[in-house]
Amino acid sequence: MRRALTVALGLAGAVPAAGLAHDMGDMAGMDMGGAKKPVSAVSVKPAGPAKASPVRPRKRSAPVKYIAGIQPVMDHMLYGHALLDEFEARFDGRGGEFRYDGQGWYGTDYDKLRIKSEGTVGHDGRFGDGDHEILYDRAISRYFGVQTGVRLDVDSGPTRPWGAVGIQGLALYFFDLEATAYFSDRGAAGRLQGSYDILLTNRLILQPQAELNFYSTADRTRDVGRGFSDIDTGLRLRYEWFRKFAPYAGITYTGRFGQAAGIARSRDSVVHDVTFTFGLRAWF
Amino acid sequence: MVMYSFSERRALSRRRFMTGVAAAGGAGAVRSFCPADAATLSAVPERSSTRFSLSVESVPVVIGGRRAMATGINGSMPAPTLRWREGDTVEIAVTNRLDETTSLHWHGIRLPAEMDGVPGLSFAGIKPGETFTYRFPVRQNGTYWYHSHSGMQEQTGLYGAIVIDPAEGPAGTAERDYVLVLSDWTDADPEQIVSNLKFQSDYYNFRQRTVGTFARDAMRNGVGATIRDRLRWGAMNMAPTDISDVSGIIYTYLMNGQPPETGWTGLFRPGERVRLRVINAASMTLFDMRIPGLTMQVVAADGQEVEPVPVDEFRIAPAETYDVIVRPEGEGPWTVFVQSEDRTGYARGTLATRPGLPGPVPPMDPRPLRTMTDMGMGGTPAGGHAGMSAAHGGMAGMEMSGSGSLKEGVEVQSVAMMPRSRLAEPGAGLEGNGRRCLTYADLRAVRAGEEARAPSREITLHLTGNMERFIWGFDGKKFSEAEPVDLALGERVRFILINDTMMEHPIHLHGFWSELENGQGAFRPYKHTLTVKPGERLSYLVTADTPGMWAYHCHLLYHMEVGMFRTVVVS
Repeated sequence: MRRALTVALGLAGAVPAAGLAHDMGDMAGMDMGGAKKPVSAVSVKPAGPAKASPVRPRKRSAPVKYIAGIQPVMDHMLYGHALLDEFEARFDGRGGEFRYDGQGWYGTDYDKLRIKSEGTVGHDGRFGDGDHEILYDRAISRYFGVQTGVRLDVDSGPTRPWGAVGIQGLALYFFDLEATAYFSDRGAAGRLQGSYDILLTNRLILQPQAELNFYSTADRTRDVGRGFSDIDTGLRLRYEWFRKFAPYAGITYTGRFGQAAGIARSRDSVVHDVTFTFGLRAWF
Repeated sequence: MVMYSFSERRALSRRRFMTGVAAAGGAGAVRSFCPADAATLSAVPERSSTRFSLSVESVPVVIGGRRAMATGINGSMPAPTLRWREGDTVEIAVTNRLDETTSLHWHGIRLPAEMDGVPGLSFAGIKPGETFTYRFPVRQNGTYWYHSHSGMQEQTGLYGAIVIDPAEGPAGTAERDYVLVLSDWTDADPEQIVSNLKFQSDYYNFRQRTVGTFARDAMRNGVGATIRDRLRWGAMNMAPTDISDVSGIIYTYLMNGQPPETGWTGLFRPGERVRLRVINAASMTLFDMRIPGLTMQVVAADGQEVEPVPVDEFRIAPAETYDVIVRPEGEGPWTVFVQSEDRTGYARGTLATRPGLPGPVPPMDPRPLRTMTDMGMGGTPAGGHAGMSAAHGGMAGMEMSGSGSLKEGVEVQSVAMMPRSRLAEPGAGLEGNGRRCLTYADLRAVRAGEEARAPSREITLHLTGNMERFIWGFDGKKFSEAEPVDLALGERVRFILINDTMMEHPIHLHGFWSELENGQGAFRPYKHTLTVKPGERLSYLVTADTPGMWAYHCHLLYHMEVGMFRTVVVS
């Protein structure tokens, strides 16, 4: 300590040793008072008398003109990403099927164009549950955006167009949530999707996920029934080898209920199906 | 279809690489071959000069065994140290040999606005192939630095040190004089980093709470308390592990351009005083520096002399500088250990009597966690100086909701309900570690400030952001959405900053001193960059004595780039 102090004194040079004492408490307010003689190496304008400066900024009549029109920072950039949440093979006792579910978007912090698409290729090679949406997404709160646009059901079945209005974002407690209502001349529909990441480790992540579909009217040709029609839910364990590239394994369950279950039975298709699932979650 | 870029993939495997380095004990298996060697980089030039010719160019580097192109000057990354003398007029011809516009900003230097080097505000930038000559009188002395103010060039290596001798000649307070330029290097594309953060704000955080840490905390604190704690953070959609936006998962922390495995070496003879001019030139990293076994005398902050403060450790945010003096009596070697705030990596140097003597590398400290105080929920000051407050109306360091009309929204994730003075706290992760850590309250200028006028008005700005969307700004607005801050020429104002976010923000006002009201009265320290802690309210005085358009921003590069920036117009 003695050594340190010696160094300190050597450094302080002409400064009195008393200056080393750090009296913090009683100095407050000195700014306003005692006009010290300027001895600083800091070159600023000569000090004025110890009173408030009367100057006020002028009111600007025109917007600031940046030199050569250059913005000093670019905070209004366009960003684009695409997330393939599900890209998976599902197996049960009767064979395998393929399912994907993804979305991409492009835009600013507030305004984005969002494209969503999902579908399943069944045992029989039929493309089902083909749901494709183009939405305008407007950020409205800390974690949520409002979306409006169109949904097109395009797959091996008959094509159906819908208008879409929904919200998407991060509900409290880190739940990812999408809730969308759809309208067409055939009636209305609703979809609720949610997922949650449980971090077993920072790279091994268990994700429960569910998608529920509701319809105001049955559409037998598309295997949907009135009311709560179907659910697609899964529990997937992924490993984020890289953030953007995570293989996973899991169990999924798809089920049809009420009228939809009846439609499925009448076609001899599966009402409740549990599958083992292997896939890849990727974004770019 | 490219799912991820190659550099990305390499970057995210960095952690394993770093582990490997730790295992090798810094044996120096990989040698960086920056064209300029470590000795040249750290050296302060023999004497000051007034004319400089700088060529901004791409520089091949090998860092951590990887080849990459950095942005440097005259073949060197970091850029060469410039030595000036107070009272001289310097002339610096800067030639751009990149294929994009560049600029150099002289950080902390008081000069005419058109020499400040900010494209759009000071000049139009330096286009490829062009030469721009900066010319200005040097009216101050101390340790400063310079860096690009164009795009992301600061992240890719365009920074260097400035040492200014006092007019009356070098101080002669130390036998050895070294510059320590600290930085965070990555070979990932900076634009890609921002884009990733916009998509997933915790992209680079691999230290989050997990089921494992839940079990551990439940064992320690009880299941109920742990659940309550998790729910409290979950109810805000925030994570206490959110320390740095970009981490050691892609960063290699450099000291004078040297990665930790090689490290930088400074030579001394026992008994000599060694002055270390520490500059944080990192884009996104706050560092904690110590030299185990040696007491550091902090003698200057942001280039301005302060009464010496003996410390074991100090935190330095991006753009800040501290001069410390050590006097090793023995042979050493001593390790200069510089951890990142989030403890995901470190930069390393050695003070030794001859080259090639690495000192022992201490283990990394435990990583900090954010607290409810960081969330602006008040709480008991941890530093024990509860009465420390800004020299302002004798307020006791606490203020009920200074938020005014500010509301949570797209750009405001949270509003600090009870911001308070945290000047006497060393910062997250440094509390109660048994070491003497520097705080802002310790800084006392050696001379009284010469401007005695009271401020004519107060300008209160909230530091705001939404981590989840990676939007940052002031008062809930990005640069492009906000009006400039107007100051009258000659006006003296008090800036009050309230940090509503959960992260530190080093706020830099170009062109003027920021006189921190830290309870030292007329001996308040003159700084150019002030770190505002989460949930903190601090104030400082500014005399707007130079006309022009000036930049005012957070010196975390990506915060600035996404909007935490204001133009200050002095007219």
